[in-house]
Amino acid sequence: MTSFWAVLSATLVKDIRLEWRSKDALNSMLFFSLLVVVIFVFSFDPLAEESRHIVGGLVWVAFLFAAVVALNQTWARELRNQVLDAYRVSPAPANALFLAKSVGNFLFVSVLEALMTPLFIVFYNLHVLGPAWQLIPIALLGTWALVVNGTFFAAMSLRTRNREIMLPLLLFPISIPAILGMVAGTTAVLTGENSAHFYIVLLLTYDVVFTTASLALFGTILHAE
Amino acid sequence: MSASASGPAGASTITVRNVIKQFGRFAALRGVSAEFDPGRFHAILGDNGAGKTTLLRGLAGLAQPTQGTISIFGKSPRDACRDIGYMAHPSLLYDEMSGMENLRYFAGLYGLKSHARCEEAIRAVGLDPELTRGVGQYSQGMRQRMSLARAILHDPRLLLLDEPFSNVDVHSAREMVGLLRGMRDAGKTVFVVTHQALLLEGAADEFVWMQAGQIVDRTATAERGRAQ
Amino acid sequence: MKRLFPILSIVTVALLGYALYLALVVAPADALQGEVYRIIYYHVPSAWTAFLLFFINFVASIRYLTRSKASTENAAKWVAIGIGVAGLVAPFLPPVRRLIPAGMEPSAVATTIVLIPALYFLVGKLFPGDRLDVLAVTSAEVGIVFCTIVLITGPLWARPVWGIWWAPGDIRLTSTLVLWLIYVSYLVLRRFSNSAQTQMLAAALAVFGALDVPLVYLSIWFFRTQHPQPVIGGGGSMDPRMLHVLLFSWGAFLLFGFLVCWSRFRLELLKREVEQAHAMESLAGAEDSEKASLPLSRSAR
Repeated sequence: MTSFWAVLSATLVKDIRLEWRSKDALNSMLFFSLLVVVIFVFSFDPLAEESRHIVGGLVWVAFLFAAVVALNQTWARELRNQVLDAYRVSPAPANALFLAKSVGNFLFVSVLEALMTPLFIVFYNLHVLGPAWQLIPIALLGTWALVVNGTFFAAMSLRTRNREIMLPLLLFPISIPAILGMVAGTTAVLTGENSAHFYIVLLLTYDVVFTTASLALFGTILHAE
Repeated sequence: MSASASGPAGASTITVRNVIKQFGRFAALRGVSAEFDPGRFHAILGDNGAGKTTLLRGLAGLAQPTQGTISIFGKSPRDACRDIGYMAHPSLLYDEMSGMENLRYFAGLYGLKSHARCEEAIRAVGLDPELTRGVGQYSQGMRQRMSLARAILHDPRLLLLDEPFSNVDVHSAREMVGLLRGMRDAGKTVFVVTHQALLLEGAADEFVWMQAGQIVDRTATAERGRAQ
Repeated sequence: MKRLFPILSIVTVALLGYALYLALVVAPADALQGEVYRIIYYHVPSAWTAFLLFFINFVASIRYLTRSKASTENAAKWVAIGIGVAGLVAPFLPPVRRLIPAGMEPSAVATTIVLIPALYFLVGKLFPGDRLDVLAVTSAEVGIVFCTIVLITGPLWARPVWGIWWAPGDIRLTSTLVLWLIYVSYLVLRRFSNSAQTQMLAAALAVFGALDVPLVYLSIWFFRTQHPQPVIGGGGSMDPRMLHVLLFSWGAFLLFGFLVCWSRFRLELLKREVEQAHAMESLAGAEDSEKASLPLSRSAR
């Protein structure tokens, strides 16, 4: 069991180190996210009242796009020089790799979200009418929901032609309940009209179900050629 | 030197039985059956597309046979992974990290924490562990050596090498062959896939010829290999 | 076997024709919606058939995933048995009984749940080895066809009755759409995979899709409580004559679905046999050429 956590942390540290050295993904993602926000501002220019109703959707759509680009990058690193094969011939547990990648992506997408959120607040003159602290569990659970399935399906799409376009095709349909939970939950908090409790529970359920399923099936995906 | 070579049959050998590997309408391996003795240096030769790499990947547990079985020292390739060192044609290393950083990460995958083990592996292939450059900036020959260091890191009993001498100058290649011969003499089983048969003349104990997904000929040169 | 197929085809055509006659002529007009409601005799049987096929896909995928290891196969078997036993007993226990909507018999619920392990073992018996995967493709493809019928007939009915083509808050239509999307992505994966183990990947995706279904249903169920709902005509129980026609129609659709699946299954099996034969043929060819070119390869040394 100790080797599981050792491999997990070593892989996570390795990924962060590689990301830090190249900064490829981070820089392009930041700029991409900024562009998405600006385009949304031009496309939807509502009054403060209306914006509360639509911003939940805009924010999460922007995060979703950013996450997909980020997720596509994570496995690209393992494909160069076929490093993934070195992992596959080793006795290291497959799930350690999966969790390390998921946690890495989670941190990465969270950083993006933290940087994009102020932009949305500024551009749309937002101020929250409901209990604002509830946005934190919604953001954390929602991000994990996107990232855990995204990491799994990105690994799956390694085994396909046109790998980059496959990820959204596999990820989006499965993510619909989670996206609905994030968007509706965020809107509920912003407008203060409804309770967001149900959506938090929904996201939690979604996370538990799909984290379990991913851990159960990732070995199969990793060792499929 | 190699007294440990012949143990009880089955558990000590590498056995390939009726292996077919099919990719859609194409079969890369078409019924390969062979038994390889441990502690010997096997060279697998053949044209492009003969199935050499697929056979090696099968032995490494990276490719599942569509039909048939592969057994490494009496275990499935996946279960025997601690006994297998695999070196592919690509380097299997992270370009942005130094050799030492790479090896420390891969050592961790085998549960090895010793710093000295990594240094030892790097010295064994004739490189300097102190190099701080990223592996991506190495010359092709250095990268191949580092890749070999990664494969022998956990002291495997079986070494599977895919085209280790491609794009390497003759001098370096001869050094690598000498290194492999030394490992064979230390009791390890070595498989080398190559189309540069000449380099292995005098080093390999056996030449295995593959063609169109089958083993068509095996020539042992064991007498000479053992006598030395 | 050979003769069964045309006979069944004729029977199916006759049954479908009779079902159409029943739906258009025999069934009474709806008190609120008038004649337009008659589309449900196509809409609802298609939906039930599609759901059944997707469920078969799920069972086949689970069996395919678990079959490689004896321990997981055993575990899956006991889970299936557990579901069966729980389903047989639970609906009659008072606390669970209260959860069952009024008008539904506990025995009917129990029978439905017991069908799950029954299907699980039936699929395992009838489709050994790689045939499980063939069954999975077949049921997903045909399921999508029926699901498409549902998605087309739904808005056709909604437009005159609700005044809108599509209600995002409608739980059945929207979850059917998501289901359709999931299985389309399943087929896309199969189409674009270049893995030698596409079957494994597809089976994993099918399990993910099946796990998603209850969550989709739940999320839309809550979502709609916060949104204005179109008035759904005619609550309460159905006229027994209507129910009779509906069930007859479903029977005809099931038989039709079975026939399509059967021929698709045979086609897929044949395709794979051809692929294998092709690989084997080149194997035989390699043996011939081996004798001719062996000296050459030796001389290369």
